[in-house]
Amino acid sequence: MPGGGEDGPLLRAVGVAKRLGERLVLRDVTLAVPAGAVVVVLGPNGSGKSTLLKLAAGVWAPSRGRLERFGRPVSTEATDSRVGYLGHRSFLYGALSGLDNLTFYARLYGVPRPRERAAELLGQVGLGRFQHEPVRRYSRGMEQRAAMARAFVAHPQLLLLDEPYTGMDVGAAGLLDQWIRRTTAEGGGVLLITHHLDEAARMADQVGILWRGHLAAPLIEREGGDGFRDRLASTYEARFPGRRPRGA
Amino acid sequence: MGRKFTAIVLKDLQLELRSKETWVAMVAFALMVALVFGIAVNPLRVALASVFPGVLWVAYLFAGMLGVGRGFEQEARDDALTGLMVAPGDRLAIFLAKLTVAFVFMFTMEWLVLPFMVVLLGEPVAGGVLPLLAVTLALGTVGFVGVGTLFAAMAANTRAGSVLLPVLLVPFSVPVLILAAEATGGVLGHVVPAVDPWPWLHALMAYDVVFLGLPLVLYEFIWEV
Amino acid sequence: MTKPKARVWTGTWWLWLMAAIWVVALYLNFIYTPDARYLLSSERIFYVHMGSATAMTFVYGVTFVASIGYLWRRGLAWDRWAAASAEVGTLLTTMVLVSGIIWGRTAWGSWWTWDPTITTTLILWVLFLGYLLLRDWTDDRERRARYAAVLAIVAFFLVPLDYYAVYFLKSIHPAVITTHGVNLAPSMVLAMLVSMVAFLFLAAAWILIRLRLLTAEDHLVEIQDRLRTPLDSL
Repeated sequence: MPGGGEDGPLLRAVGVAKRLGERLVLRDVTLAVPAGAVVVVLGPNGSGKSTLLKLAAGVWAPSRGRLERFGRPVSTEATDSRVGYLGHRSFLYGALSGLDNLTFYARLYGVPRPRERAAELLGQVGLGRFQHEPVRRYSRGMEQRAAMARAFVAHPQLLLLDEPYTGMDVGAAGLLDQWIRRTTAEGGGVLLITHHLDEAARMADQVGILWRGHLAAPLIEREGGDGFRDRLASTYEARFPGRRPRGA
Repeated sequence: MGRKFTAIVLKDLQLELRSKETWVAMVAFALMVALVFGIAVNPLRVALASVFPGVLWVAYLFAGMLGVGRGFEQEARDDALTGLMVAPGDRLAIFLAKLTVAFVFMFTMEWLVLPFMVVLLGEPVAGGVLPLLAVTLALGTVGFVGVGTLFAAMAANTRAGSVLLPVLLVPFSVPVLILAAEATGGVLGHVVPAVDPWPWLHALMAYDVVFLGLPLVLYEFIWEV
Repeated sequence: MTKPKARVWTGTWWLWLMAAIWVVALYLNFIYTPDARYLLSSERIFYVHMGSATAMTFVYGVTFVASIGYLWRRGLAWDRWAAASAEVGTLLTTMVLVSGIIWGRTAWGSWWTWDPTITTTLILWVLFLGYLLLRDWTDDRERRARYAAVLAIVAFFLVPLDYYAVYFLKSIHPAVITTHGVNLAPSMVLAMLVSMVAFLFLAAAWILIRLRLLTAEDHLVEIQDRLRTPLDSL
């Protein structure tokens, strides 16, 4: 519907292109994340996946095209507290404790009773015992859990996840699956970026394959059964002969 | 806007309370400058008190460079700056918060260092001049942190940024150094012949307006892409 | 994918024009003009000094305009202009400083004085060394262009302020061109003007040559990028 609104997709990209220096990293990407769906963008390293997510998060501005969240154009100025972004890095401050870090982000997002919310989330990701330790002393896995909690601090309705499972232990990955499912069940939407076929097959309602800045249209829809993963693999093969995604 | 600004300022102060890295480094550095100067210059030949304002501001500015640089290194380490940028609210709030924190740290450091400088370099400071001295220190510091914050944001994204920052900032410190040192000399009142600090303070104000305004126009270009 | 825009001007006739102007300039400088009354032959370095100073001002003007142009239009061609002119400007500043130091030694008896004009020129030199370092140490091509443009614009506002800050020291720099006209013998004025033109041509030639190389470098990177990831036919 024109202008989006409450019924439109949570995220909509129309003809989005991004130029970095002389290179065109994204070309003409069109994609929508409807409410209640997990959209996965699958592509090898260097295909422009992270760039797409950075545009969706509003870190960068697109060079061309239209990008809307909740029916309103995304710009580097129009930030939105309903968006949760989990990037490659943790966005946490090493010298502060996990609790202080999350309290800060809760405050930044205007969450009521920020300290309670921070403690609650840290408990959920299993860091309750370590909440007063500085993040500097966390192990890699603990830091990832804390970063995950940070992305969920303000009950996001639109989740932007940049290869979140990379290096995650099984427990944390299971918890993230659960949180993603809960978000979609509550009417939220998820845009997940990965280069791993299994993750796409496990989580996705729709899959887009990104190669050298081109998103293959239309998106591949999940239609029940175990055939989904094989269909993804064969589509990938057909698109890029001789190239296989991770896990295929 | 207000919420973002306050949250970031409080976070930086909390971070500093926990790590104590920045202010310890700044104060230690400023004291080293005073110490090295006192040793290197023969006090029998040079009246240390007559060069006091200049030495004071050299120490302040170099310690200040250390301070503004650290402010952005903390944000760059785990890409927290991106987290701040996507958080709700204007990016201007981030820049203003970093600028405010840089000012608070530098201004505090100046008062912590001042008594040591007074003792080491033998410059008596009368209690009556303290208000005007505070104005002078504040104006000089404002002039420095505006450009300092802008360049520190750039240096955080370059190779060897901590080496680059002083090279970029020294030319911009020249007006502050001259104007603030002369004004300080005038305020303290031990310079012969006596100097009226006000023309220098007015010039410093003009400099502050330009070099607080320019970064506010240009900061957005540092953070896109 | 965009085609490499290898539109680089390769003509050389302007180099010959420049050579001709330089022959005239050198003739005027060393043979045509008489010795100065007090400074004798050492006066002649003044033409080099004045010429490089004029070209320097002009060239930094190009840097400033190109930097604003880059932030406004975002074409890397603007940035190449800024980079080429800043490099040449730094070189010219070096010439201004060196010729000034030599001239100062004979005219005033000291190599260096902390006069506003001289000090500001030195600051300018440090500033643009910083600019070139910033360019060199910023890896991302686009970011390099953006940062450099921001620095150049801020620097443009700094230079006059630096001058007035140092101006409170008493100035001993000679004012050759004042509001009342030019304080020079007519033949010297001619030599000075031709020298200015010669240096402007030299600066322009340098900039164009650097520009060509920078353009080639950018295109090379683009081609390397393309070779690294084949399958462009999609």
